[in-house]
Amino acid sequence: MVGLATLLLLVLTATAHWMGRRRSLLLADGPGAVLHSRPAYHGAYVAFWCAGPAIVVLLIAIWAEPRIVSALVEGGLPEAIRGLPTVEVHTFLANAAALASGSFVGPEPSDALRMAASDWARLEGVTRAVLISAVLAVGAAGLVWSRGQLSPELRARNAVERAVEGLLAASSVVAILVTVGIVLSLVFEAARFFALVPISEFLFDTHWSPQTAIRSDQVGSSGAFGAVPVFAGTLLITAVAMSIAVPVGLFSAIYLSEYASPMVRTWAKPLLEILAGIPTVVYGFFAALTVGPMIRGAGESVGLDVASESALAAGLIMGVMIIPFVSSLSDDVINAVPQSLREASLGLGATSSETIRSVVLPAALPGIAGAVLLAMSRAIGETMIVVMAAGMAAKLTINPLEAVTTVTVQITALLTGDQEFDSAKTLAAFALGLILFLVTLVLNVIAQVMVRRYREQYE
Amino acid sequence: MSDLNGQADATAKRRLAKRYAAERRFRLYGASAIAVALLSLVFLLGSTVLQAIPGFTHHVVTLDFDLDATKLDPAGTRDPAEIGRADFSRLVKVSLREEFPDVRDRRERRQLQRLVSTGAAYDLRDAVLADPSLIGSRLSLAVPMSDDADLLLKGEIDRDVPEGDRRVSDRQVAWLDQWVAAGRVERVFWTRFFTSGDSREPELAGIWGAMVGTFWTLLVTLLLSFPLGVSAAIYLEEFAPRNRATDFIEVNINNLAAVPSIVFGLLGLAVFLNFFGMPRSAPLVGGVVLALMTLPTVIIASRSAVQAVPPSIREAALGVGASPLQVVAHHVLPLAMPGIMTGTIIGMARALGETAPLLMIGMVAFIVDIPGGPTDPSAVLPVQVYLWADAPERAWVYKTSAAILVLLTFLIAMNLTAVLLRNRFERRW
Repeated sequence: MVGLATLLLLVLTATAHWMGRRRSLLLADGPGAVLHSRPAYHGAYVAFWCAGPAIVVLLIAIWAEPRIVSALVEGGLPEAIRGLPTVEVHTFLANAAALASGSFVGPEPSDALRMAASDWARLEGVTRAVLISAVLAVGAAGLVWSRGQLSPELRARNAVERAVEGLLAASSVVAILVTVGIVLSLVFEAARFFALVPISEFLFDTHWSPQTAIRSDQVGSSGAFGAVPVFAGTLLITAVAMSIAVPVGLFSAIYLSEYASPMVRTWAKPLLEILAGIPTVVYGFFAALTVGPMIRGAGESVGLDVASESALAAGLIMGVMIIPFVSSLSDDVINAVPQSLREASLGLGATSSETIRSVVLPAALPGIAGAVLLAMSRAIGETMIVVMAAGMAAKLTINPLEAVTTVTVQITALLTGDQEFDSAKTLAAFALGLILFLVTLVLNVIAQVMVRRYREQYE
Repeated sequence: MSDLNGQADATAKRRLAKRYAAERRFRLYGASAIAVALLSLVFLLGSTVLQAIPGFTHHVVTLDFDLDATKLDPAGTRDPAEIGRADFSRLVKVSLREEFPDVRDRRERRQLQRLVSTGAAYDLRDAVLADPSLIGSRLSLAVPMSDDADLLLKGEIDRDVPEGDRRVSDRQVAWLDQWVAAGRVERVFWTRFFTSGDSREPELAGIWGAMVGTFWTLLVTLLLSFPLGVSAAIYLEEFAPRNRATDFIEVNINNLAAVPSIVFGLLGLAVFLNFFGMPRSAPLVGGVVLALMTLPTVIIASRSAVQAVPPSIREAALGVGASPLQVVAHHVLPLAMPGIMTGTIIGMARALGETAPLLMIGMVAFIVDIPGGPTDPSAVLPVQVYLWADAPERAWVYKTSAAILVLLTFLIAMNLTAVLLRNRFERRW
């Protein structure tokens, strides 16, 4: 329905544009007429009046179609079925719709269901035809009306430009809508979760095993939702990652901006950026398949017991992934330190490294701290590496050789596979997502403020 | 006095030597940091390429099949539907039995059958359907070997480990060697990997389904994020008044750019799947989620491209009587387009490599069929990599690496295009 209606509407709009343009050309040929706007604007004016209202009607039609069909089919059901409880009637209607569209799975449908399904198919066809005609009728009405409005004096350009500016403004509001959508969906689902599990248990309890049984009478049907070990695991892996990424990234940035010849700089910088462009699923595969077993083997050879999904393997690779974030951000920051500071220090007889350590780095510190915070938020939110290379079981430990789990791993585990939407298990994922969103948001805001303050200092 | 001077000199020299040593050490730290980063890159790419190479080839064995008319087409109608229903795996078994008539034991026969892929029956059927006149004759056809036999022939399964520790028995090794000695086995470039959908058997699995799914997903992403992102950027740069509201929009965009991708997946699950009831596993939903994710990237890149157009151009256009919108549409936008395209391509490359949000909206299903449109269930390349990486058989490691190599090739191609666009069309004012 959407495809056909859109196509027809496009054709109608193109026709409208053509007709508006033609009409304005005729007007321009008239006795002594000077058009205010160029013919193309008259065309666009008619096209807007044709498409605008029609699109609104189309959106309403998309929303209303299944509801209208459902109501019509329900009205035609035999008394025996209409007398059933509301929930069963709804299930019956859903089955009829599925049967009509050919996606029905289940036992052999009853005769009543078959009847309802053929009703559904027939009424759906009729409703569609009616709704599409309505959309086109509205479009045609807009066309005819606005075409009647055309005259040499009509300020078509101004009207069209106002409409386009409105559209531009509306698309910049989409960014706000996305944020609102994220916050609302996370908060609502998390609130439902906290109605089932007290928020204090979630934040402070140390036992995490969310595998609630599907049926309530099953053994072990009660899950435990103390998320402390999950948070601790996330912090552990992030700490390992940062302990790789910060020194390597920072020293790379220092070398590239203070020592490297232009030749080295032009080659090494894009090569480092490649690390940031590799998909995380590739890092995950590498961590799980190559690095994990390697670390395990190395540990065994010195008599250490290393889990094959150790926090070390995931953290190490995540650190490598984050190196370019730290290095390119710090590079910018170090380059922004005024040359006069360096020259003053060098002029007093300090070596380059002394200048860097006691002048450049202290001056760049707020910016570097911002870069590190941004990298950290990236590490906390990173998903695929830990999903593939870190463990599933929540364990409260600070030993990087053991397997730990993270917030993102748990979200993925809780939401992939079979799920019923109202169980504490799936809702817990949204609670974890809310925490993740808030923590990364706070880190980002602090980092942005720090970097901005720092920039202003030298501008 | 001179003695004291000499002493001071010596201390100063020693201190200077120490300071220079510290300088050299510091420099070395910097150089080794870069070396570490680049070595990890080389190691990562190198090991992937090395593991991918076996994934692109496969061994086939040429077998003789007796296309008995009484079994394939008893009614003699030559009707493709009728022939297609015949038991072709039976024909493969018979052919293997004729090959080694001395194998009588049932367990050994099963081992023998396990050397040839289950795909052999499909290939045989396709060959017969393509040319029904073959029925009644004997056909010599190269059919794929099973993944284990293939790995042994490639040397990826070590013959020297004890029989119990490897997936190919001594007896099977002997049969394989016999075939190799007779020149019946050939290693071929495995085009099936590029032309078929997913499968439970590594030798039959391909990435075409995932590539088509990726195409639909990215198409939706591009169609949404490009117009929305460019319009938003133009509004914010050219039309928006400087006030609280636009400041808020800017802060919002910057924060969205740093939101973890998995959160966009949660948004997609809660809003598009559960609230709007859109289909699971569909490229349509995946594309919308990725579009929301890449939107900030496109907006930020487009804004800086629009910003880079010098004000003199705008003033000149305004001076000859263009309206603000005409200035933007006729002058600013065409001049900013290379920069906008570069930013969009980079955003699309990021979307192409993204996996996590797609897991949330159910794009992890096992899907064999090639998706025909944006609402059919499908996988995308990175998700295919994730699914295969989870599979236990060893052959999947090579298939996964091969799929990664294809994914990286696409990414490199996109990024190169972006760089070329920038170098070719970017103007310095």
